[in-house]
Amino acid sequence: MQAEEKFTYETWPAEPERSTLESKNKFLGFWLFLGGETVLFASLFATYIALKDKVPNPSMPHAKDLFELPLTFVATILLLTSSLTSVYAIYHMKNFAFKKMMLWFGITALLGAGFLASEIYEFTKYVHEHHTFTSSAFGSAFYTLVGFHGGHVAFGLLWCLTLMIRNAKRGLNLYNAPKFYVFSLYWHFIDVVWVFIFTVVYLMGMVG
Amino acid sequence: MSTYTQKKGFGATLWDYLTTVDHKKIAILYFIAGGFFFLVGGIEAIFIRIQLAVPNNDFVSAGVYNEIMTMHGTTMIFLAAMPLIFAFMNAVMPLQIGARDVAFPFVNAISFWMFFFGGVFLNLGWFLGGAPDAGWTNYASLATHSKGHGVDFYVIGLQISGFGTLMGGINFLATIINMRAPGMTYMRMPLFTWTTFVTSALILFAFPPLTVGLFLMMFDRMFGAKFFEVAMGGNTVIWEHLFWIFGHPEVYILILPAFGIFSETFAIFSRKRLFGYSSMVFATVLIGFLGFMVWAHHMFTDGLGPVANAIFAVATMAIGVPTGIKIFNWLFTMWGGSVKFTTPMHYAFAFIPSFVIGGVTGVMLASAAADYQYHDTYFVVAHFHYVIVGGVVFALLCGTHLYWPKMFGTMLNETLGKITFWLFFIGFHLTFFIQHFLGLWGMPRRVFTYLPGQGLNNGNLISSIGAAFMAVAVLILLLNVIITSVKNEKVGNDPWGDGRTLEWSVSSPPPFYNFKQLPLVRGLDAYWLEKMEGKTGMTPAEPLGDIHMPNSSILPFIMAFGLFIAAFGVMYHVNDKPWALPVMIIGLLITLGSMLIRSVKDDHGFHIHKEDLIDNNNKGVKA
Repeated sequence: MQAEEKFTYETWPAEPERSTLESKNKFLGFWLFLGGETVLFASLFATYIALKDKVPNPSMPHAKDLFELPLTFVATILLLTSSLTSVYAIYHMKNFAFKKMMLWFGITALLGAGFLASEIYEFTKYVHEHHTFTSSAFGSAFYTLVGFHGGHVAFGLLWCLTLMIRNAKRGLNLYNAPKFYVFSLYWHFIDVVWVFIFTVVYLMGMVG
Repeated sequence: MSTYTQKKGFGATLWDYLTTVDHKKIAILYFIAGGFFFLVGGIEAIFIRIQLAVPNNDFVSAGVYNEIMTMHGTTMIFLAAMPLIFAFMNAVMPLQIGARDVAFPFVNAISFWMFFFGGVFLNLGWFLGGAPDAGWTNYASLATHSKGHGVDFYVIGLQISGFGTLMGGINFLATIINMRAPGMTYMRMPLFTWTTFVTSALILFAFPPLTVGLFLMMFDRMFGAKFFEVAMGGNTVIWEHLFWIFGHPEVYILILPAFGIFSETFAIFSRKRLFGYSSMVFATVLIGFLGFMVWAHHMFTDGLGPVANAIFAVATMAIGVPTGIKIFNWLFTMWGGSVKFTTPMHYAFAFIPSFVIGGVTGVMLASAAADYQYHDTYFVVAHFHYVIVGGVVFALLCGTHLYWPKMFGTMLNETLGKITFWLFFIGFHLTFFIQHFLGLWGMPRRVFTYLPGQGLNNGNLISSIGAAFMAVAVLILLLNVIITSVKNEKVGNDPWGDGRTLEWSVSSPPPFYNFKQLPLVRGLDAYWLEKMEGKTGMTPAEPLGDIHMPNSSILPFIMAFGLFIAAFGVMYHVNDKPWALPVMIIGLLITLGSMLIRSVKDDHGFHIHKEDLIDNNNKGVKA
């Protein structure tokens, strides 16, 4: 099958994300990249756990003083839902339903933007409570771990929008279908990382 | 399409290399850049040995000595050994598995340019107010409080070149998994391909911790973070862990491809199948796995406690087992073979005893209790030079002679090659053997001088004389390269006459599409099998058809260049320079902008048509 070929619903392959050698490579290479990303976040988690609540002065805010579950809950719901909507998008991609795919990716991007906004609001709030990037080792570790995740979300948003704008007028083919698919993999990965951040940073922060 | 064979002007050749995505040309770029940094690191080594040749020497000051010593280690590991290994991986691995290129030719070019610009940035410290001076391990608190921009060059330079290496690792993994020729099962892959495979997996999982460590260091030094600031709740041991979780697999990243090159050499020049192929594969994978379990043996004196030290000591000693399996397999490969002592075979033969000495001292160092005595002495210096020079550098020199014809289409002079070998071999043992004893006699690592009357004079002088031998050996190698390139006598597909694997079945250098028709692989040592049946080439696995090839592009160069620009902005923003922030933003925009162009502009590559392939019969392209 050729990347430039025109398709209809009937001729569209079952696995458009890996029907050419290039897309097979892309699919595999991206999974491998996510393996590396996992180690990257594992290192950041380890650093955070080692430096949690390590502040120079006991009067400075600790994890349990800072975090508020309602806000984190909103952020979590936004991101988890965006992962679900990206599944719908890929479902429509596999069924050669371009418009529906674009709609669901659009919703995904909106939810991602909502998450990012809530994170920015959260960070501003902490800065007003004198928990900053430079105030303590705890602060540095917190903003680095959560910020790396936020940076990934921001990059993902730019990526999603670029793909949508670029392909807005030309429908699906075997050249851009793998690109959408790989983006959705990335987006799920970000979501999984957030599940761990939610657990390790926020839930464990609340209990001790 | 017969233009491929035409002579090009200098400008066109330069543009060709700046935009190339061909794995063979990228290999040559890695080879030249890595070779250049090898010379730089070598000059630094010579300066170290001149300074230490006699007691109370004042050839360089203590501060400059720290910079030279740091840059020698950093340059040799990151900018010489790794790129040279990447050069051979790029040049040989796709040919060995019967592929037309790597999985991501474009990314391959990005990898090279990132490494290149990172390496250049790292070395700019020499000209812009001081090189890194906190040792190649760059331990926190020493590094976080190092004055000037030295350590900043280390942190940002390695970060950029590390991205390149990581992408290279992913690329090789995807290539080996997806792009093997018909019949090339995993257990028919040549050992060099296997070691490339395992090494790439190590790169994938070992480089991210370094990335994180370097980010933390960068945040502390340049953006006011407090990770390593103990008074603010920080913890310097975090750097040690992150660095060695990367750093220990890194030594296996270096040595496994070396094992691969030697495995090829032993089989070719013993004219015998590699003994115990399956156990070699098993041992390679096991070494890769265990390589991640032993990082804390660099930290025995940190006070992690007896339980942790014992576990890491035992795990470290366990690595001796698969390595021993390999040593015996190489010996048995030669046993009963009809051995030809070519230059590569000299290196392979000398590697065995040299590396075993390094292995023995490795097990000595692994005994945690004894390590308290050896720690931070010249004994450690002697140990790791025995494994890295006696293993990795011997392999690089071996590979240079072995694969020179495949990369450049002409043979290095064998007589000069053997002179290089003997001078290097003698110089190497002269330099480093005595350092074991210097260490045991109490000479600490990293000191810039020592006093007379402590029994260290003779040993240091001998060591410095040995270094001079190695320097002369490298000069003769350069002479050999020049003479060979000027003569430029073209050779055929299989210049050693005993090639066993697919790379020897195509012309030297291979055409840019590598294989006109993908070869059918019928067993281990595929080309040897065909030769034994009286055939001259491989049986094709497909009819002659159009070949799909990727387009060249300048974008990889620009992407890496953008980061290079941004690096200056990041670094000088510490000094409150008004131009620093704009420079940082412009640099990042250049990189992100070229990524955007890459994403938005469709690139379907091009096809070489069947008819042109028939015309081009047996015509190699100039590399």
